[in-house]
Amino acid sequence: MAENFEQHSDISAADLARLSQEAQAEATPSTAKIIWSEFKADRPAMAALFIIVGFIVFVMVGALFIDTPKMMETNIMAYFNQPFTPEFWLGADSGGRSVAKQLIVGSRNSIGIAIGLTIISSTFGICWGLISGYFNGYIDWGMQRVYDFMMMLPMTMMIIVLVTIIPHYNSVTLTFIFSIFYWEGTSRLIRSRTLAESEKDYVAASRTSGTSHWKIIFREIMPNISSLIIVDCTLSFAENIGVETGLSYLGFGLPSQTPSLGTMISNANDPNNITQYWWTWLPAALEIIILCLAISYVGQVLRRAADASQRQGAAD
Amino acid sequence: MWKTILRRFLIMIPEVIILSLLVFLLAKAMPGDPFTGSINPKADPQQIKHLMRMNGLYDPWYQQYWNWVVHLFHGNLGNSYQYQEPVTRLIEGRAGNTLWLALFTMILTYVFALPMGVFAGRHEGKLPDTIIRVYTYVTYCIPFFVILVIGIWIFGYVLGWFPTTGSISSDASGWLHTVGSRFYHILLPGLLGALFGTVNIVQYLRSEVIDAKHSDYVRTARSKGVPNRDIYLHHIFRNSLLPIAAFAGYSITGLLNGSIFTETVFSYPGMGLLFVNSISYRDYTVITALVLIYGILNLLGTLLSDIILSIVDPRIRIE
Repeated sequence: MAENFEQHSDISAADLARLSQEAQAEATPSTAKIIWSEFKADRPAMAALFIIVGFIVFVMVGALFIDTPKMMETNIMAYFNQPFTPEFWLGADSGGRSVAKQLIVGSRNSIGIAIGLTIISSTFGICWGLISGYFNGYIDWGMQRVYDFMMMLPMTMMIIVLVTIIPHYNSVTLTFIFSIFYWEGTSRLIRSRTLAESEKDYVAASRTSGTSHWKIIFREIMPNISSLIIVDCTLSFAENIGVETGLSYLGFGLPSQTPSLGTMISNANDPNNITQYWWTWLPAALEIIILCLAISYVGQVLRRAADASQRQGAAD
Repeated sequence: MWKTILRRFLIMIPEVIILSLLVFLLAKAMPGDPFTGSINPKADPQQIKHLMRMNGLYDPWYQQYWNWVVHLFHGNLGNSYQYQEPVTRLIEGRAGNTLWLALFTMILTYVFALPMGVFAGRHEGKLPDTIIRVYTYVTYCIPFFVILVIGIWIFGYVLGWFPTTGSISSDASGWLHTVGSRFYHILLPGLLGALFGTVNIVQYLRSEVIDAKHSDYVRTARSKGVPNRDIYLHHIFRNSLLPIAAFAGYSITGLLNGSIFTETVFSYPGMGLLFVNSISYRDYTVITALVLIYGILNLLGTLLSDIILSIVDPRIRIE
């Protein structure tokens, strides 16, 4: 057959190069390329992406130039300083501490925890879902029971209880405590997709040819659901910002001397603050809203990119 | 059908046992002992030790666990250190507030979500659908406690339309006034919870309606000349009603978890606020009791949903 083809083929080398170039152009573009063209087609998404990246870089770098212990010192002279003054752009709180500086350091802490939480809980959830979905049968049954049990636990309460039991905690231990309880959503999603994926022919073919289970799971199935993983990580990042800030708002997140967006919003618990001194808490609240909206908007765009039927960007 | 429910119950038993063990061990890990606060600080340490031995606090942990479980079944959850009264009585007074708020929020959620879901599905891809999609997306991704804080700021403080603390006004007298005042106090948290909790139901209903629109029974009804409105109300909507009802169980668990935030923001005296206060006072008997109650309520919520789903979907059943 191959000989036959060579004999009768009258395609010149130049034509062959041109044809293969065309074929490459028509082939499915890489995931990164699809995502990029999707962003190019959607201006607001591009803006949201720049806001998020720019903001995160800004607070991460900006926080380096702020001396946190000095910032958290009480300065009675600046008690509830009005906002929009040259010294205090966003005013000062009851301790005379600059709200703008607290906002930068607090954002750094809150976003940092959200990123850490997303990485840890998503990694765990993805592995859990992949293994549970791939090894159907007893392993899946057992893992599902553990999942059911975790779903039953009152999450917020358990986290608060653990935080009070552990004597010395910082942002790292806090991230781990959160991670214990926030992997379920990811694992459920990944499991259902893995169940569908492991029915497919390529998995059966790999299995019959003796590929090891781990290789099939992590080198074959996982790349095939990678777009789903990217979308899920983005959306859970937006959710996770609410996790730490919510707990800090209640007073069980970061210690009180470590600024966080949540502790800043908890200034609103004081009836005087909430009406008269709105600048102590409103900027943090607005920041969370804008950040969460922007991140999930990016997540929506990624979801569109993952689903070929919804794409808006022309793949070029 | 019954087999499924029975099996579901059997799975529940080990879950409850593990939960109780976990709660018990957490309670043991907490500092302090049952006599904290109720004993004279000048008391002889020897005497305290004697008291603790008499009450079995030096027994092996499994013995203590067993005693705790026996007390549990007798309805004895211990005394609160902070209030110096039985935990059961303390929680009794708060549970009603939390459950009423949760029920009210859930009903409102359905009231908002059902028409939106059907409407979005009916006008799939058109302007109303887009508006509803943007709405659900915005409400879904903002953390709920931020909404509560901004809600109480705008409607409670700035506009002054709603009360900002408590579950009933202090001068409420007479049956009608009492009920009215209670309702007035849960109105704002309920509305906020409902407006920002519709996303699951709307999305589910929307996709159900879109699927049903192209199904055979709808085409038959249409060819018989059934008016469009009746098709949506009596054929499509009625068919998706049960799976939608199954969401009720899951949303109970969500609302209970959210109650900690709602009640803190609105200083609403329910179980969530009791929990937060007890944590601040390290009132461990109350904390363990509340974790246990919330866990069991979560369990019952999912059980309810699973049973409804197994009635609806024969594939889930086992024979």
